[in-house]
Amino acid sequence: MSDEYENKTGYQAQSSETISSGGRGGGSGTVPDADHVRPAEIPEQDLYHGHSFITKWVFCQDAKVIGVQYFLLATFTGIIGLILSWLMRLQLGFPEAAGFMTAEHYYQFVTMHGMIMVVYFLTALFLGGFGNYLIPLMVGSRDMVFPYLNMVSFWSFFVAVVVLLASFFVPGGPTGAGWTLYPPQAILEGTPGSGMGILLMCISLILFVAGFTMGGLNYMITVLQARTRGMTLMRMPLTVWGIFTATILAMLAFPALLVGGLMMTLDNVLGTSFFMPTILKAGEVLEYGGGSPILFQHLFWFFGHPEVYIVALPAFGIVSDLISVHARKNIFGYRMMVWAIVGIGGLSFFVWAHHMYVSGMNPWFGFFFATTTLIIAIPTAMKVYNWILTLWRGNIRLNVVMLWCLGFIVTFVNGGITGLFLGNVTVDVPLSDTYFVIAHFHMVMGIAPLMVIMGAVYHWFPLVAGRFLDEKLGKWHFWLTFLGAYSIYFPMHYLGFIGVPRRYFEMYDSPYVTSAVGMNEFISVAAFIVGAAQLILIYNIIRTLKIGKPAGHNPWQANSLEWLTPSVPPEHGNWGEKLPVVHRWPYDFSVPGAKEDFITQTTPPSEVTETEVEKT
Amino acid sequence: MSDPKIEGYEFKPGFKGMAQDTGSDQTMFKGVHWGKAMMWIFLLSHTFIFSCFLISYMKGRGSTLIDWPNTSEVFSLHVGSTPVPLLLIAIMTFVLITSSGTMALAVKYGYEKNRKMCGWLILATAIGGLTFVGMQAFEWSKLIHEGVRPWENPFGAKQFGSFFFMITGFHGTHVSIGVIFLFIYAYKTFKGHYDEGKRGWFTTMKGNYVEIEILGLYWHFVDLVWVFIFAFFYLW
Ligand code: HEM
Ligand SMILES: [Cu+2]
Repeated sequence: MSDEYENKTGYQAQSSETISSGGRGGGSGTVPDADHVRPAEIPEQDLYHGHSFITKWVFCQDAKVIGVQYFLLATFTGIIGLILSWLMRLQLGFPEAAGFMTAEHYYQFVTMHGMIMVVYFLTALFLGGFGNYLIPLMVGSRDMVFPYLNMVSFWSFFVAVVVLLASFFVPGGPTGAGWTLYPPQAILEGTPGSGMGILLMCISLILFVAGFTMGGLNYMITVLQARTRGMTLMRMPLTVWGIFTATILAMLAFPALLVGGLMMTLDNVLGTSFFMPTILKAGEVLEYGGGSPILFQHLFWFFGHPEVYIVALPAFGIVSDLISVHARKNIFGYRMMVWAIVGIGGLSFFVWAHHMYVSGMNPWFGFFFATTTLIIAIPTAMKVYNWILTLWRGNIRLNVVMLWCLGFIVTFVNGGITGLFLGNVTVDVPLSDTYFVIAHFHMVMGIAPLMVIMGAVYHWFPLVAGRFLDEKLGKWHFWLTFLGAYSIYFPMHYLGFIGVPRRYFEMYDSPYVTSAVGMNEFISVAAFIVGAAQLILIYNIIRTLKIGKPAGHNPWQANSLEWLTPSVPPEHGNWGEKLPVVHRWPYDFSVPGAKEDFITQTTPPSEVTETEVEKT
Repeated sequence: MSDPKIEGYEFKPGFKGMAQDTGSDQTMFKGVHWGKAMMWIFLLSHTFIFSCFLISYMKGRGSTLIDWPNTSEVFSLHVGSTPVPLLLIAIMTFVLITSSGTMALAVKYGYEKNRKMCGWLILATAIGGLTFVGMQAFEWSKLIHEGVRPWENPFGAKQFGSFFFMITGFHGTHVSIGVIFLFIYAYKTFKGHYDEGKRGWFTTMKGNYVEIEILGLYWHFVDLVWVFIFAFFYLW
């Protein structure tokens, strides 16, 4: 057992030492001893190479293509979600101009907007999009471990989206039960889409979960069992840690949604009463009886809360990497960051009922869940401090990517602080179901992860397409979106305080509401501008594909493996002849004594003998 | 099980070994086939599915307004004219557990490259599974005949019918899917696909006897879940 090995296991605390070549056991032949990495233990992956257009671009088994497919389809549904939000804002700000909208339409749009944004947009984009593209590249494998399954995963997602959108065209339209789909109202007449709409929603979700499971198994096994030589878990970029942990959460949280959806479908179609209590309607007792609506809420939020972190953890991971690269500094407290991600992931399974403070459950539950909720703030705050400490005295490149990262930190802190309000039962009770909640979750899980996605797009576009996105357009895009988003959501906190309820089609003449008319108009205008500002990005992408500045290899001087492929953009199989060998973590930036301000993960110790590097 | 041989890697026993494996590069579970690791995680996820079902069942049963039917009466079979509680279910459980045994043997013979034995044992497992599904269909039709439906139940709370048909149906579907795969694998074994490393029809990956072990994991899991369903529905 060489001491080289001891260090990898992490028994010894991180020590800073000058690495010199020689003096280590286990080396062989021409390789200097210090550079020795144990031989490959996994055989070469056997890949299926597509020949035709169909096998190369449609039913493709290359994780990178699948990632882009996921990205595009998720973005497409996201745009639908955005248009729905426009329609809602039109109604709220300028009801006279939205004469074509009825209250039913409004409920349907709220519901579809919420579900699309959370599940079909953000989840699919982070895990399906970034996960597929980045995991194999970042851990140094040729592809996902089960490429065929991966392909089926995307197409299940595709069918799920088709079924979801089909519900716009069935009699009764899509469901209007709110994205939480609470029974009994979700399947009772009077709620829009209580027949076909909710049925298609449940089917679509079940398809999504099935498809996601296939993808998730891939992400997990690729990280656990298919890393390249030298790539220990504690040398993985935080992006991979975030996506990996989010995948674990999804694998354990989606089952609750699946079961809840299935049971509700049976209530709807067969007339069982899992969630349906005895109901009086127009003086008549319905067939239903004896079920428990609260049970659905528990199932839903056992999925729903981890879902928030399924979206947030990849964002945490990605933003850490972006900040580190563009501040030219190692991420502060890498190990702490990893444990915080894992800790948040674990804790997120014990807080779900903070969404149910007003559901009538036992008050002691509220006490318990408020406590756990506030405990989560600790690892979360640690992460925020670490991002800031990473920036501190960094050599910051204030480019568009960095702007998005800074925007994320600010927005996330804002949303996090309102989360502390809502986590306390006594504060939540009056605020629950008001615009304060809307403001809170849009800040923390809508806008903040969206900022990371934007930053990630500007950061990795040169890898995917080989060209830089235009900075000037990017800055317009950033500032309009950032200031616009604050114009939308900042006033909403106030609206919530004065008691404006969420999911209301119209405020009628309630006195507190008439005082908010001006504000509602302002918010709506801001929402239109923010939505339209996204066109700048689309234009930028199309323009860049044609005339963008070529990026070449490793344009950001990053260290992680995805930038070190022999060809840019990387080809099927990623690495050409030989898999990369990893010697260090991906955060060796601005190392004293090094020739350049970055040392890639594949640089062996013997090439940087003069430097002081942390041993990872 | 002995540790696999890995060049340049020295295994350690106990916790130290676990920490060492976790901290090492390339793989966390040394020498574990990708497919096998995948199946374990898939089953972990499935554990959550079945737990959600069973917890919902407990909650549903605990909060109905009408009494739950007396299960030992509802599930009894008449032999001659005496009702014997749990008779059918005892046989079903026995068959399913036995099929787990034949599956385990199939795995063993597979690794020994004993194609014939392996194939026959997989076939035996498949037939065990099929028998189980058949008996379940019989039980369903008996209950339906007596008037139990997902939405109603002449013996008491209607949630009894709902949960019973849903959970045993969901489990039975899993058994049936397993049976289909068992038949396919038996065919592939007899044809020697695993010996030759013939590529799969869809996945285009080379055949390997480890696939039988992976299917075995699934099969044992389905059996294990049945034990819980059995306890929760028939013994409570
Ligand atoms: C410019 C972007 C956006 C605008 C203008 C917007 C606007 C709105 C509006 C007006 C509502 C309905 C409020 C109500 O009547 O209760 C709403 C609800 C919601 N939004 Fe957004 N939204 C945007 C982006 C997002 C994003 C990115 C997410 C992703 C997490 C998201 C998730 C939700 C959810 C979960 C609901 C609740 C739906 C429900 O009550 O059932 N939104 N949004
Ligand atoms: Cu929550």
